[in-house]
Amino acid sequence: MKTVSSPLLVLKSVSKSWREFQIKDVNLEVRRGEYFVVMGPTGAGKTLLLQLIAGIHYPDSGKIILDDVDVTYLPPERRSIGYVPQNYALFPHMLVKDNIGYGLKIRGYSKNKVEEEVQEISVKLGINHLLERMVSTLSGGEQQRVALARALIIKPKILLLDEPLSALDPETREEIREYIKEIRKILKFTAIHVTHDFVEAVDLGDRMAVMFNGEILQVGEPIEIINNPRNELIASFTGAKNLFKGKVIARRGELAEIDLGGVRIYAATRKLGEVMVAIRPENIVILLEKARISARNILEGIIEEISEKPPYISLKVDAGLPFTVYLTRNALEDLNLTVGKRVYLAFKASAISVF
Amino acid sequence: MRRVENLFLTFSILGSVIVFALLAPMAIIFFMTNPIQIGEALMDLEILNALLTTFTAAAMATFSALIFGTPLAYVLARKDFALKNLLESLMNVPLAIPHSVAGILVLLAYHSRSSIGEILSRIGIVVEDSFWGIVVAMLFVSAPIFISSARSGFSMVDETFEHVARTLGAGHFKTFFTVTLPLAFRSIVSGIIVTWARAVSEVGALLIVAPYPKSIALLVIERFEAFGLSAAIPITALLLLIGIIVVLTLNYISMR
Repeated sequence: MKTVSSPLLVLKSVSKSWREFQIKDVNLEVRRGEYFVVMGPTGAGKTLLLQLIAGIHYPDSGKIILDDVDVTYLPPERRSIGYVPQNYALFPHMLVKDNIGYGLKIRGYSKNKVEEEVQEISVKLGINHLLERMVSTLSGGEQQRVALARALIIKPKILLLDEPLSALDPETREEIREYIKEIRKILKFTAIHVTHDFVEAVDLGDRMAVMFNGEILQVGEPIEIINNPRNELIASFTGAKNLFKGKVIARRGELAEIDLGGVRIYAATRKLGEVMVAIRPENIVILLEKARISARNILEGIIEEISEKPPYISLKVDAGLPFTVYLTRNALEDLNLTVGKRVYLAFKASAISVF
Repeated sequence: MRRVENLFLTFSILGSVIVFALLAPMAIIFFMTNPIQIGEALMDLEILNALLTTFTAAAMATFSALIFGTPLAYVLARKDFALKNLLESLMNVPLAIPHSVAGILVLLAYHSRSSIGEILSRIGIVVEDSFWGIVVAMLFVSAPIFISSARSGFSMVDETFEHVARTLGAGHFKTFFTVTLPLAFRSIVSGIIVTWARAVSEVGALLIVAPYPKSIALLVIERFEAFGLSAAIPITALLLLIGIIVVLTLNYISMR
């Protein structure tokens, strides 16, 4: 029986070995309307996982249930899945509008109907000025939008995005993240988004799964997993240290004052309201005195732990919030740092990612 | 003064030798004849018939290579199977043997009293001294060229395009005809032209399998042997012109 509460997609003990990639006994549930992020390092099998769900490969064992139907061995054309591969794979021999309309044309829609629907989705996605263009003339961000339109026009049950932002420059990446959030509000699709970037996971994901070596190691809310990784392995490649929730309380031009729950910092962002803040451990400088330096943020704290993190030394510093700082062995010896010592953490407003 | 690098100077001089060696024969033939003689050659009924026979037989051989070679090329490009490399190598053997040898192989296998030839003759295909013999001999020596051209064309089409087309609702066949084939189109077309040109240029195999009906390359030999060099010149110039047109067309297609 179809119920609203049943998960949209269920993977039951799915295993597959293909070339050098592997999926090992994966169990996964994606809820209706959910934006689900799969995060893992290169070679973890993320793309293969998407291709199994799309039907491009069939599993060696296990079951895939989509919308209460067993689709394990159904060919891709009968699954109703939107797939946006890493390189977007826009058909180079067709105009943008023919790319977007491809799925409907294949379904035998009349020419007028295809044109009408292409217009409609292009307006919604803000790409109707691109329709007559050749694919080869599009920028990365434009290609991404067209690929999304082509996948979404068939009203797929689920949208699969394979590292959708990795080919873009950092600015476009942020723009497309916001864009995905916007079109989600309009089109309300369910999606699986594969990435190795924790910023995407936290910013976009309702829930996320961490994948390593073909196995799912942890599933949960992104911020939960990143702040409480189940083991060292997960911690090592979710890679997010110094990730905090905060709120913009004041701003002066490009500069925002952000309250992280007692600790206040300044960051370069145009965002307002609730935000996430990440500071890379290697971008924090340790000072012994509260010196006058150019860094906008200087926090006082006490060293709680010193450990090896080749090629760095890792410090845990309590500065009202738990900070992780990486420094070189030379710096550690020069500053004569020990556990319990009082230090100052300095970092620039521009070294902070806000999202 | 601009300095000419020694390496390029030396290499250009050496390169000129081969340019001269290849271009001289092609140029000289046009000084030995004139447009009127070439025009007369085009009015010669025997030449016209031979040209017609050669071009249509080459077209049929090419068409057969297209119809049966394209699917093979696609399978070779996309699937791995046992002995695939061996099969691919064997498909290229016709390019590595003397054409007279190719002719003997074809004749042995397909002549009307052979077991395969007997079946073929029941559907009206007899190879000895027949138009079909020319087609089969041409196919044997030229199809490998089409297959490798189409195969490399398909290999260059990123499979991801096909994956996306499938998820968008296109079945295997629709995906092949709407995405794969158009993207491999250039390789297919240049494969067709080179295969056709190779078939037209065949002599050795035709001499053994089907000297009659007379094909154009055999007619050139016949004229040369019966009437001497000068009698073969207009028809030679004509065939060279056709060859130049084919190569330039090919070049134009691959530049686009």
